[in-house]
Amino acid sequence: MSSQDIPEENLPSEQDAAGHTLVKGADDPFADPGMPPHEHRIQDIDEKAARRSERSVALLFTISMLATIGFIASYVAFPVDKIVYIWPIGHISALNFALGVTLGIALFCIGAGAVHWARTLMSDVEIADERHAISAEPEVKAKVMADFAAGAEESGFGRRKLIRNTMFGAMALVPLSGVILLRDLGPLPEDKLRHTRWSKGKMLVNMNTHEPLRPSDVSVGSLTFVMPEGMTEHDHDFQTEIAKAALMIVRIQPDDIKDKRELEWSHEGIVAYSKICTHVGCPISLYEQQTHHVLCPCHQSTFDLSDGARVIFGPAGHALPQLRIGVNEEGYLEALGDFEEPVGPAFWERG
Amino acid sequence: MSTTTENKKAPAGERVADWADGRLGIYSLAKANMRKIFPDHWSFMLGEICLYSFIIIILTGVYLTLFFHPSMNEVEYAGPYVPLQGQLMSEAFNSTMHISFEVRGGLLIRQIHHWAALIFVAAMLVHMMRVFFTGAFRKPREVNWLFGFLLLVLGMFTGFTGYSLPDDLLSGTGVRFMQGAVLSVPVVGTYLSMFLFGGEFPGGDFVARFYSVHILLLPGIMMGLLVAHLILVFYHKHTQFAGPGKTNKNVVGMPLLPVYMAKAGGFFFLVFGVIAVVSAIASINPIWAIGPYRPDQVSTGAQPDWYMGFSEGLIRVMPGWEVNAWGHTLVLGVFVPLMIFPLVLAAIAVYPFIESWVTGDKREHHILDRPRNAPTRTAFGVAWLTWYFVLLVGGGNDLWATHFHLSINSITWFVRIAFFVGPIIAFVVTKRICLGLQRRDKDKVLHGRESGIIKRLPHGEFVEVHEPLSQEQLHTLTAHDQYKPLELGPEVDENGVARKVSRSQKLRAKLSKGYYGGDNQIPKPTADEYKEITSGHGHH
Repeated sequence: MSSQDIPEENLPSEQDAAGHTLVKGADDPFADPGMPPHEHRIQDIDEKAARRSERSVALLFTISMLATIGFIASYVAFPVDKIVYIWPIGHISALNFALGVTLGIALFCIGAGAVHWARTLMSDVEIADERHAISAEPEVKAKVMADFAAGAEESGFGRRKLIRNTMFGAMALVPLSGVILLRDLGPLPEDKLRHTRWSKGKMLVNMNTHEPLRPSDVSVGSLTFVMPEGMTEHDHDFQTEIAKAALMIVRIQPDDIKDKRELEWSHEGIVAYSKICTHVGCPISLYEQQTHHVLCPCHQSTFDLSDGARVIFGPAGHALPQLRIGVNEEGYLEALGDFEEPVGPAFWERG
Repeated sequence: MSTTTENKKAPAGERVADWADGRLGIYSLAKANMRKIFPDHWSFMLGEICLYSFIIIILTGVYLTLFFHPSMNEVEYAGPYVPLQGQLMSEAFNSTMHISFEVRGGLLIRQIHHWAALIFVAAMLVHMMRVFFTGAFRKPREVNWLFGFLLLVLGMFTGFTGYSLPDDLLSGTGVRFMQGAVLSVPVVGTYLSMFLFGGEFPGGDFVARFYSVHILLLPGIMMGLLVAHLILVFYHKHTQFAGPGKTNKNVVGMPLLPVYMAKAGGFFFLVFGVIAVVSAIASINPIWAIGPYRPDQVSTGAQPDWYMGFSEGLIRVMPGWEVNAWGHTLVLGVFVPLMIFPLVLAAIAVYPFIESWVTGDKREHHILDRPRNAPTRTAFGVAWLTWYFVLLVGGGNDLWATHFHLSINSITWFVRIAFFVGPIIAFVVTKRICLGLQRRDKDKVLHGRESGIIKRLPHGEFVEVHEPLSQEQLHTLTAHDQYKPLELGPEVDENGVARKVSRSQKLRAKLSKGYYGGDNQIPKPTADEYKEITSGHGHH
């Protein structure tokens, strides 16, 4: 830019010499020198620069308008299911990309224009404003105290204790109605958490094939998820029931089973354990066949299925409950009862 | 009324304003606020990001409610996304799929809503740290500090109830985690759980219940707090950093109209624009890839939204203690983290009141502290952040293990130890750094700025020329207050009778000594020191 045609008196040095006086503390080298003189921006002294800024702001606002038109055009032009490849993002929805980018530009340019306008063309002279104490003047306070005393006196609140006390009583009791109304938010727990859909004679049904299982279907090293017979995913309470009844079965060489009760409750080395983690209830889904460890992917609690499913790592507090299984006359795996202890996370009444 | 001709002269805008003033008194309101002065500093924008992302969340949230069905009735998916066709899912999930794949722009609004929520909570935390480290919470702003803190806590829970609404596999697992934690509460845990879910988990109610909490109850409270927060900002007037011309009795900056109207108003569009572009290019919570919730299914790498990560850390590293006695179970392994969760948050919330008790300072403070000039406060803040981030590491222990090929066992033990030791180390180190910076400021004031010019003296010695600071800089570097430690006075009075000093006073004196006594702050240079040095030996 050329500074030939800038009026001399507009230059910063001129202003400095003219307007600025220091309020130096006579004795204190650290005294507050007062607000520094205003430093001019190029736009303050060069009308050409100011006009350039004006054009930049207008350009930004214009881009915003165009982007909004682009937004409407994208909305009409792109089908909602069109997927395009955009480097380096990958395959993404064309409509989402176009709408987001045009909307973003339309908004951003309004913001950028406004900020540029404020920074370059609006006055940047700093102004000092006085503060006033937040707390009231003593006279105000005295007036309020007197008013309050008068009001309290006129109400007889302090004198008529019977009214005061019964009012407090009534006010304290009336919210109880609201609390009482919350009672029907849900049923009482009773022993609901102690029972599942498993019971004696219920066959173990493969979760994927929906077929009952024979011992020969379960090979060593495999992990199979099963549910009790008679349940289908279309049951209205399926989600709530499967949250307790979800079961996993694995086959371990009977010699490898270290826990005596576990061996007793198994069938030919097939053991059945609750799939619901005893920590906070995530389903356990990772099985390491060499070590017979299962891992909950939520908080990494690890259980040893060859040793009563005791906890060997992680935050779980107790072993997974085991389901006692056998085979029925037709040779299908069946439950010999419900779980003997509640499945899932521990709770106060669990004992 | 002989003024019909005069009325015609007034421009239309003025006539509308007159009309409004006669009914609402807007001129008095405008007199106080139209040219209100706001000081300028980049860190003052952090609160604006919170405000703007909140507005964006409300706008996009209202749009989403037009399409979302908060119901847990199971339906079979018949939409255009092939991999899920025929799958059973709740109407909540189904309608979220509809928003994402069939409503034009629905996915964009959903992503803006979610991204803005993450940014909202992050901005609140950073804004709160700005207020903390600069001491902006001091009188008269303690109440506003609490309002802000409540907004952060409510923001976290609004976020949690919000991301649980689509009823996808990931969020459902998060809700299950919450239910398991509720169960651990002694005596009433099972009752709370049954009341919350309308029966056993997951039941058929929680999406509808979370929905009303998410779109009405919590945002309603937050809106009220937010308005109160802003009214107080206007009423107290903004704080400012020390500098030439800036005192505790004034506020230096630029007026609301026009500069801040343009800057702050423009900043709303900048924030919205950036979030829109982020939502255009970065997918968030792709529920179609996660699938609908089933209580017996889970995916690996399950993580909550970031702001719940520290509670996740607490529950992951806590040993699985369970106490069984008299037919009852005390589930310490879950209940202890559940209790520490609010404690972590409360620790930072109550700090301003502890500091004000220790200093006993009843004055108003409108000049911000530089963090170095309040070493104990700064050290406490960094210790708290360390605590928070240690727990975040714990919350992502599986990701740390898989990404950096570390043993999850060692990470867990690291977090367990660092939970106790980390904040202490951070405290000590931060305090040292603050004191070092205070010393440097003192040197700068007394000896000037290192100019980098090396001068050779006649006898061959090399010295660096120090340039004296301007008076503006001298003032800025010495403007801070320094407290003296609280003295308890002699243990016996003038008659030799033992004075009774309450235990709380003794604690207060001890804390005060820790804050301001001995080596806990570097005395700022005095005018005499400065004069002696500058008048004495020339160039130094």
